[in-house]
Amino acid sequence: MIDILKFRLGYGRQTVAFPEGPARFPGRFRGRPVVDASRCGDGCAACADACPTEAILDPGKAAMKIDLGRCLFCGDCATACPPGAVVFGNDHRLAARSREELLVSKDEPVLAAALDEKARKLFGRSLKLRQVSAAGCNGCEAELNATGNIQFDAGRFGIQFVASPRHADGIVVTGPVSENMRVALLKTYEAVPAPKLVIAVGACAISGGIFRGSPAQHDGAASALAGIPVDLYVPGCPPHPITFLDGMLRLLGRLG
Amino acid sequence: MTMSEALRPTGKAEVLETWNGEAVQARAVPVLPVERFRAVVLEVLRAGGRLSALFGRPLGDRVLLTAVLADDPEGKLGLLSTEVAGAYPSLSSEAPAAQGFEREIAEQWGIRPEGHPWLKPLRFEPPLRAAPDAFGRKDPRATIPGEYPFFRVEGEEVHEVAVGPVHAGIIEPGHFRFQCHGEKVFHLEIVLGYQHRGVEALLRGGPDRRSLALAESIAGDTSVGHGLAYVKAVESLSGRSDAARAMALRGVGLELERVANHVGDLGALAGDVGFLPTASYCGALRADFLNALAEICGNRFGRSLLVPGGVKFDLRAEEARALAARVRASWQKVKGAVSLLFESPSVRARFEGTGTVSRETALELGLVGPSARASGVDRDIRRDHAFGIYRFVHVPVTTAESGDVLARALVRSLESERSVEFVASQLENLPEGAVRTPELPVGPLAPGALVVSLVEGWRGEIAHVAVTDQRGRFERYKVKDPSFHDWLGLAMALRDGQISDFPLCNKSFNLSYAGHDL
Repeated sequence: MIDILKFRLGYGRQTVAFPEGPARFPGRFRGRPVVDASRCGDGCAACADACPTEAILDPGKAAMKIDLGRCLFCGDCATACPPGAVVFGNDHRLAARSREELLVSKDEPVLAAALDEKARKLFGRSLKLRQVSAAGCNGCEAELNATGNIQFDAGRFGIQFVASPRHADGIVVTGPVSENMRVALLKTYEAVPAPKLVIAVGACAISGGIFRGSPAQHDGAASALAGIPVDLYVPGCPPHPITFLDGMLRLLGRLG
Repeated sequence: MTMSEALRPTGKAEVLETWNGEAVQARAVPVLPVERFRAVVLEVLRAGGRLSALFGRPLGDRVLLTAVLADDPEGKLGLLSTEVAGAYPSLSSEAPAAQGFEREIAEQWGIRPEGHPWLKPLRFEPPLRAAPDAFGRKDPRATIPGEYPFFRVEGEEVHEVAVGPVHAGIIEPGHFRFQCHGEKVFHLEIVLGYQHRGVEALLRGGPDRRSLALAESIAGDTSVGHGLAYVKAVESLSGRSDAARAMALRGVGLELERVANHVGDLGALAGDVGFLPTASYCGALRADFLNALAEICGNRFGRSLLVPGGVKFDLRAEEARALAARVRASWQKVKGAVSLLFESPSVRARFEGTGTVSRETALELGLVGPSARASGVDRDIRRDHAFGIYRFVHVPVTTAESGDVLARALVRSLESERSVEFVASQLENLPEGAVRTPELPVGPLAPGALVVSLVEGWRGEIAHVAVTDQRGRFERYKVKDPSFHDWLGLAMALRDGQISDFPLCNKSFNLSYAGHDL
């Protein structure tokens, strides 16, 4: 017992400074990409040719965009582009409310807007979520697990993953939704009492990610749950726990 | 007895000998009559050899089965094939280690292994060719676990518990069906397949710009392990080799991945017995090792670290030294947190004797990785089929004898310590030079070739077998995650145990659903 207490005292506080303080990332962390089509060579599509998931739309043109919903943040496009028309910054704020808002061009980032007042009143201070891994590779699942540990501590915002959909206010979907998980996902969604949220985490759950087009899966939550709106998309492969927390806090209107 | 000794009486012509990462002509693999194929494989397994992979590929209207046999003491691999159509006498009836592979072949190719003691769908994968369903199902695409023929224990006081696919925590999907008498588990049956995304089908026709990211997504917690097996296969088939500095950094990546997962799981094991100090500390300390990986490549799971011919990122000397110091310091904290766990009598009481897998069972099922080593089975690809940096630097192999949760926890803790020592000393002594060989476009690969690429991932042996067509494209890319062997080990660990011990046993293995389901 004494050893346990001694160790505890020596261990100190582990929780990250975010959101009051800065979010710290390793120097090579790849966050939001910055696109500058004016640096493109004539008809050059080297970035798109290097991309594993066809995340770059209209390469080499003024309308060039990166679809964060498909992007794996591997950085291969930036490496393929010495002039720097695509570079990765360290901005962790990636979550968005709609598929369109995930298309990054030169403009200022569109950050996830808050829910309406009624929903904020319901969920703003206590949000219980049921996680459904629908063919996720365990990358996103591992990072979502980390959001609950003493470092990221989602619980301090009232955000918590619960064991039953009956106790939840929404579902967090990871994975491209395999055909073999489709029914289980639908049933879990149906078991959550309304009003309820759907949050798609990771490239797979947003677009199918690296598995997009495989007949064994459904290209993500939105197409697997046809007709059911997705309230928040959190890009990444997998998203950093702080990216997830940032998206959730914006959704709840708790970040300015 | 080694594989070579076992084969001596019959002559070598029946098996093509090769080793980890050595490409051979696909045509050079001997094709034996099915009875002879069976006899040779069973003989090698009886003699202490291991079935590393067994897979099919189409050959006209027939299917060519290829077995990859591993002779661990000699560091050799043996390849042999046979042609089958419709059905063949199963290996599993005599060698349980083949059970998963034969179910997979039945599911993918409609080839029925006659006499298989447990012939049930493996992952509910759509068939890869038009053939009658090997399981006699009307609709092979029927969703799981609806039409699964569960083993049932009958009796007035016997009850059944069904768990999953959606679990209470943030866990991948799988279905667990327990046959219980009160708390006692007579039998646990594990049904997987929910994670099937079609990885092998997507890898066919490659390599292309997706292939490496796909390999890194086979099991997200093993991105470096599977990624390394993939780049090694491509390098072998294109005659490229990895630079010395890259070799060291690859080893650093693989061992950081191992330590991160083991530390996280030690914390989770503590959580499962309600010992919160270690649960909290290790949950956060795991991040130190993930962040160390991100310091190298920008991603906490080591994605984008690897590239055929080397690694994408280099470290300056002072960066490498600083990282080594950080990793050593983090390990000191882990050591403290973990010793609290192992020194607590209440924890030991819960770990000891729980979920025991005997050495005999581990050998019979062909378990790999820490699950095997905890049951006294001394196997580790890093030593037995050494690759890359492990040909020059040896990481001592850790084993335990008791085969219970305590043994699996101890093995993970001890081998993490050795990995940390390896990581720090590699970072402190990185070889000079470039981190990747001069860039060449990936491919073309050698045509009509076959390579077996083995890596000791944190769960055990990862095997990738790539076979190229006449244009040097992947005609077949077989992936085997260590979990493929070890899931049955978990089922056996629960036998005659308490159902309330299931979460603890499950975590002590922490197997991959995604890696199994592909």
